[in-house]
Amino acid sequence: MQRLFGAIGAKIVRFLTQTHAMSIYFARTVVQLRYAYFYRKQIIDQCYTIGVGSFPLVCLVSAFSGMAVSIQMAYQMEVYVPDYMVGSIVVRSVVLELAPILMGLVLAGRVGAGIASEVGTMKVSEQVDALTSMAVDPVGYLMMPRFVAGLIMIPLLVSYSCLLSISAGFMMSILKMDISVYNFIKGMKLDFMPYDVVVGMTKSVVYGGAITFVGSFVGLSAEGGAQGVGRAATAACVISSALILILDYFLTHTMLT
Amino acid sequence: MADDIAISFDRVYKSFDENRVLNGLTFDIPWKRVTTILGPSGCGKSVTLKHIIGILKADEGQVVVAGHDMSTIKGDPLLDLRKRIGVLFQSAALFDSMNVYENVAFGLRMHTKFPEDRIRDRVAVCLNEVDMGGSEDTMPVDLSGGMRKRVALARAIALEPDFILYDEPTTGLDPRTSNVVGDLILALQNNLDITSVVVTHDIPLTTRISDKIALIDRGVVAASGTVEEVEESPTFQKFLDGELGSEDEA
Repeated sequence: MQRLFGAIGAKIVRFLTQTHAMSIYFARTVVQLRYAYFYRKQIIDQCYTIGVGSFPLVCLVSAFSGMAVSIQMAYQMEVYVPDYMVGSIVVRSVVLELAPILMGLVLAGRVGAGIASEVGTMKVSEQVDALTSMAVDPVGYLMMPRFVAGLIMIPLLVSYSCLLSISAGFMMSILKMDISVYNFIKGMKLDFMPYDVVVGMTKSVVYGGAITFVGSFVGLSAEGGAQGVGRAATAACVISSALILILDYFLTHTMLT
Repeated sequence: MADDIAISFDRVYKSFDENRVLNGLTFDIPWKRVTTILGPSGCGKSVTLKHIIGILKADEGQVVVAGHDMSTIKGDPLLDLRKRIGVLFQSAALFDSMNVYENVAFGLRMHTKFPEDRIRDRVAVCLNEVDMGGSEDTMPVDLSGGMRKRVALARAIALEPDFILYDEPTTGLDPRTSNVVGDLILALQNNLDITSVVVTHDIPLTTRISDKIALIDRGVVAASGTVEEVEESPTFQKFLDGELGSEDEA
């Protein structure tokens, strides 16, 4: 029993220590934002890597999820609700929840784990020490540009995902479920609220920051060669995904109630 | 600290969890000489080097580099001091997403406002200094171990530092390439008139390049002095016989 409590205590201490370290690194990253112009080349490079590199995956996931949502809405509502409501529900569910959270989870895997393995490899191969020894702050050079790129590119990817999901749902509704173009667009217009876009974009900005920050932090904490880099990549994916789901609840609760 | 002392360690202790690596380390490194920190694997050599750059801080004791106490220095003074130090890491630590030119130009781009043509000239000079001229477009992954170390050395001297720290410069290299690296260390010392600190367990290299040796065992200096003085010490014989560092390896 004593050993059990000891193990639980050690886990709690480790969690608190990591949380404390994460808070300090987050503060340091925010402070480094004042050098954003100096590191503009790194920011642009990261925007390209995150944005263009994730584009095919975003297209694939968005198109299929949009089609699936429209089919499911039509199936659930065909008896009780007029078919133009499919357009309304597809748009609102995609903009408010589906696109931000689905892209958040997908990009936590692609972008977060990618950043963790890249930065982790630099850490274990002494490249981060080399930066430090050359009077270059790794937080400014490695973390801040990725963080800024996440804040910029992930909302853009989510916006694109919304458009593609809605378009795919629209095509599926018309071609396969005999819902007219007029009715789908009527439904889209009926319930659309600009505030929904604000909620969706706020979520995507927060997820973008979380994914890139966690990936960089976990990468900079990597130790122990290839195995350590692998652990960092897995940890980045798991922590980012869990964080996104937790943040999703709080953002939804705060902004929609 | 005496005027002729560039770096001093005064009763420095450093532990990682339960493992004490430096155990009251005390020694001085003179200006404009090659000082070699010699010792078996795990004796605390690389940890000692990281205290000089300020990557690690001593738990107790004092490390003074060019008059700066490394336990209290931070912010801009620390960055200014680091600009005066070039480091050759054990793994070379070249940035693998950049080619040779960009690696050598990195420090110049970060810390100077030189126009690109001046940077190009400086990179060419540094690469020629290490006999790697013409390799500007090559990626680190396409270089051999010895070539990577030479490019890393070119990067280390790009900002014309006052100190160059070498962490195991010949580890993983064949004897011929090790000799080339030894020649380079001596050539740079003669050409640039700098303070060199070499961490190694390579005895032929040590006896060839050193003005002063500090033989470290279990976190303390077991013998120090000129090459001749250290070679005559009984501790050095023990090191040659493999009897040092057999316990409590860090």
